Amino acid sequence: MRTQAARRRKDWALAYVLLLPGLAIFAVFTFWPFLQNFKLALYQNPPYPGLPSTFVGLSQVGDVLSSTAFHQSLISTLLFVLMVVPTGLLGGLMLALAAHRALKGMAIFQVIFSSTVVSSVAVAAVVFGTLMDPVVGLLPWLGLDPHPAILSNPTWALPAVAIIAIWQFLGLSFIIMTAGLQSLPEEVLEAARLDGARAPTMFFRVTIPLLSPTIFFGLVVGFIYAFQSFGQIDILIGSQNAEFTHTNVLLFYIYRALSVQNDPGLAAVLSIVLFVILLGVTLVQFRFLERRVHYAGN
Amino acid sequence: MPATDATAVPTRPRRFNGRIVARYLLLTLGAVIVLFPVYMAVVNSLLLPSQIAHQPPPFFPNDPQWHTYPDAWKAGHLGIYLRNSAVQTIIIVAGQLITSILAAFAFAFLEFPLKKTLFIVFLMTLMIPFEVTVATNVTTVTSLGWFNTFQGLTVPFLATGFGVFLLRQAFLQIPRDLKEAAQLDGYGHLRFLWSVAIPLARPAIAALGVFSFLGAWNQYLWPLLVTGNDNSVRTVQIGLKQLLNTQLDQINVSLAGTIIAIAPLIILLVVFQKQLVRSLTAGAVK
Repeated sequence: MRTQAARRRKDWALAYVLLLPGLAIFAVFTFWPFLQNFKLALYQNPPYPGLPSTFVGLSQVGDVLSSTAFHQSLISTLLFVLMVVPTGLLGGLMLALAAHRALKGMAIFQVIFSSTVVSSVAVAAVVFGTLMDPVVGLLPWLGLDPHPAILSNPTWALPAVAIIAIWQFLGLSFIIMTAGLQSLPEEVLEAARLDGARAPTMFFRVTIPLLSPTIFFGLVVGFIYAFQSFGQIDILIGSQNAEFTHTNVLLFYIYRALSVQNDPGLAAVLSIVLFVILLGVTLVQFRFLERRVHYAGN
Repeated sequence: MPATDATAVPTRPRRFNGRIVARYLLLTLGAVIVLFPVYMAVVNSLLLPSQIAHQPPPFFPNDPQWHTYPDAWKAGHLGIYLRNSAVQTIIIVAGQLITSILAAFAFAFLEFPLKKTLFIVFLMTLMIPFEVTVATNVTTVTSLGWFNTFQGLTVPFLATGFGVFLLRQAFLQIPRDLKEAAQLDGYGHLRFLWSVAIPLARPAIAALGVFSFLGAWNQYLWPLLVTGNDNSVRTVQIGLKQLLNTQLDQINVSLAGTIIAIAPLIILLVVFQKQLVRSLTAGAVK
């Protein structure tokens, strides 16, 4: 009896030791800085460096949330997300449907279609930046007027960086959709086929409904991906032009607040906004994940 | 698949072939669209700047300028950037694997007070994207004296809630009897972890490793914030941005640098596609 209790306590100790490294990292670099945002948001940055920041309470939060720059940033972010996520998912679904057949050479196509998932944001930015350049790019050849350059043009800069993000997201979207297609119950599809369902009916009445959990998962992943994009804008448009070109998306705004404007208070308020938005998306995903895991456990 | 039954009716094979051809055409079209930007980057990297600006643009390098690659390597300091990226990536992957394996093992095989609460704490980290913690993390890293060091670049990423979640699931699939049998054989927990649990969970561990590698290698925001201009720890992603800014009239050199920077990941994709797919779809399909 005593030895069992002793062994159990030894298990406890071991468990805590095993959890400690992860918990320590999370405490210092995730939870503490996250909570710190709520404090920083209440302090206003001094007008000159070196002076202490002053406690202003919620007034800074109010100022930021009611500022034109913030509204513009939020609109740019939402437009960006709306351009990237549906297009990326639809493109990925189409590629996945095309590649969902056991044919010779399909493995090569699958590697090609998923390839953009490994491209980094810097690589994608340099590659597309060249193609969109007014002098060395392809626009004149396509018969389009390259001036003013699309990346410094308030109308076209955001769609241009969205195209880059779509291309990058295509690989992930293809992978998710392919996994979804492969998990569809073959019996149900076969039964529908035997019932004489024609291809369009099959697609809209059988495949899409069965695929809806996958599409949903893709939506969540896509939202998070799009909200976290900013590297293309940093490389191709830059801090000075971001607001003028309406490409000052939330994450880029945070980066600028930190490293250009040197204003942790502003960055903190923006971070809280970003968190609230992503929390909404993640909570939805969690409910979903829980359900899937529950099924898997049975 | 009924269409593969080519011997069934005499008229069948022709229609079947037409469909196959159409599908291959569709696939090829998709591949062209996906690969076109990268293809153009390769072509342009082998042209002279004056040729790139030529209208209509050349779609094939007739006189490939291979020297742009060594030029990019030298002008862009790519050797040192790639080394830095490799060091950074290896530390992060190793760290994430170790902390995830340890924590996942505790959650899967041990009973202890507050187990449920602690698991929720780990999962909560998934709800806090790194981006919303950067403001304070920059201050923390700087005050630790870690600005422009590999510690600063990597330590904040040495644990991952996703990894713990993924590996716990894998460990839970190991039959309980195996654990009991090992215990009867006198295996301690750690010996069981090392010689039974880890080998059995290898596919999931490999998936996590590839996932971590991809994330670490492609990091952009954090290296931009905590590395200095002396290039001692600056990674290749930030190096590309600099290469683009310093070689404004040498776009071919920038593109050559880009191709060099993406090469390791193309290899990763081709060799570890299965693991990559597995990790990226964890949570989507069981």
